Amino acid sequence: MAAHEIEIILNRQLADCLSIPVFITDVVGNLIFYNEPAEEILGKRFEDTGEMSVEEWSTEFKPLDNDGNSMDPQELPLVKTLSEQLPHHKSFQIINLRGEKQPISVTSYPIISRAGNFLGAVAIFWKRKLK
Amino acid sequence: MKVKLWGVRGSIPTTGPDTEKYGGNTSCASVAYDDHVLVLDGGTGIRQCGASVSQYKRIDILLTHLHLDHIQGLGFFMPLFDPSKEIHIWGPASSSQSLFSRISRYLSPPLFPVLLRDVPCKLELHEVSNTEFEIGPFKIRSSYIIHPGPTVGYRIMRKDFVFTYIPDHEPALGKHGMVHDPKWVSGYDLAEGADIMLHDSQYTTEEYAIRRGWGHSSINDAGLFASITSAKHTLFAHHDPGHSDGFLEEMLASFKSGSNVSVALAKEGFEIDLA
Repeated sequence: MAAHEIEIILNRQLADCLSIPVFITDVVGNLIFYNEPAEEILGKRFEDTGEMSVEEWSTEFKPLDNDGNSMDPQELPLVKTLSEQLPHHKSFQIINLRGEKQPISVTSYPIISRAGNFLGAVAIFWKRKLK
Repeated sequence: MKVKLWGVRGSIPTTGPDTEKYGGNTSCASVAYDDHVLVLDGGTGIRQCGASVSQYKRIDILLTHLHLDHIQGLGFFMPLFDPSKEIHIWGPASSSQSLFSRISRYLSPPLFPVLLRDVPCKLELHEVSNTEFEIGPFKIRSSYIIHPGPTVGYRIMRKDFVFTYIPDHEPALGKHGMVHDPKWVSGYDLAEGADIMLHDSQYTTEEYAIRRGWGHSSINDAGLFASITSAKHTLFAHHDPGHSDGFLEEMLASFKSGSNVSVALAKEGFEIDLA
């Protein structure tokens, strides 16, 4: 069995220590790890789901812009990071598990290895208060 | 494939009766088969190793990283000063400076009188990362592992025999220690099913608790790593300079009472032929 590269392993270990939701994906967006605070957003436990394909987990979120209109997935920071291998940040809303609008900010960054290879991406979800 | 340990002490060489049994030289091992020899790391153990490999025309030195206890002996490796020798030094690539430049920080004044570029042997440097390569009869895999700064471990294969060398490694770094899933264990690909693995076990569990992030393993984490990777026999190494022979044996006895993994303390001068 091939192990993940240490840059991915260290990102998981860091995420495991944080109180903010963190999602880690591979290069195509498959969800390879999410931490406990992220379990609250997904409504699923990583121990139960294991890795999730991009098709599977992308449907868990309904992104809306700040006016409540549906967003083009291509505008999402993580999607942009995966396609451009660059960091992105954006504030928008998601419909949470209870069907409520939750304003959030998402920061995403690419994991570029010491050897310069693109290994995946990290998305950090920050909860916002409605103004 | 003959494996010999020339230095198994961690951090700084030790001398004196308290560390005489397991040895005080820092990291170095050799792996030889037919007319090929690999020297693993250039700690102070490499000085004695140098005399034993004088019959080889080509010598390949595989460095895991460039902390001082892994390169301190390089300047005292006599084949470097023999113009008839062909020496290849392999070491981890960094994202900024070349291997030559980083080794030269040590092998240059004021730390050392002779410049690396002036050593008389035919010298060639090779940078490795997550790499597979061959040297003579050996197939070698290097992978970055968890340790401060660019650091690799090596998996050395000849036919069906595997020797894994990971003297400095902290796979348990994290809030909950090592993840019990091979995909998430640093160094797994290097150690899986190895016949012999040399692995960091510098600390007791209590010492590790206050030295987390320093890049080393507790003896229990080293044992857990051996268990997860199904290494057939593990040599606990990188002995802490503050641990006497007696203390190391107490650590091992305590570990063995709670585990059925096949282990022993790495000992300077230990030699084994893997056929």
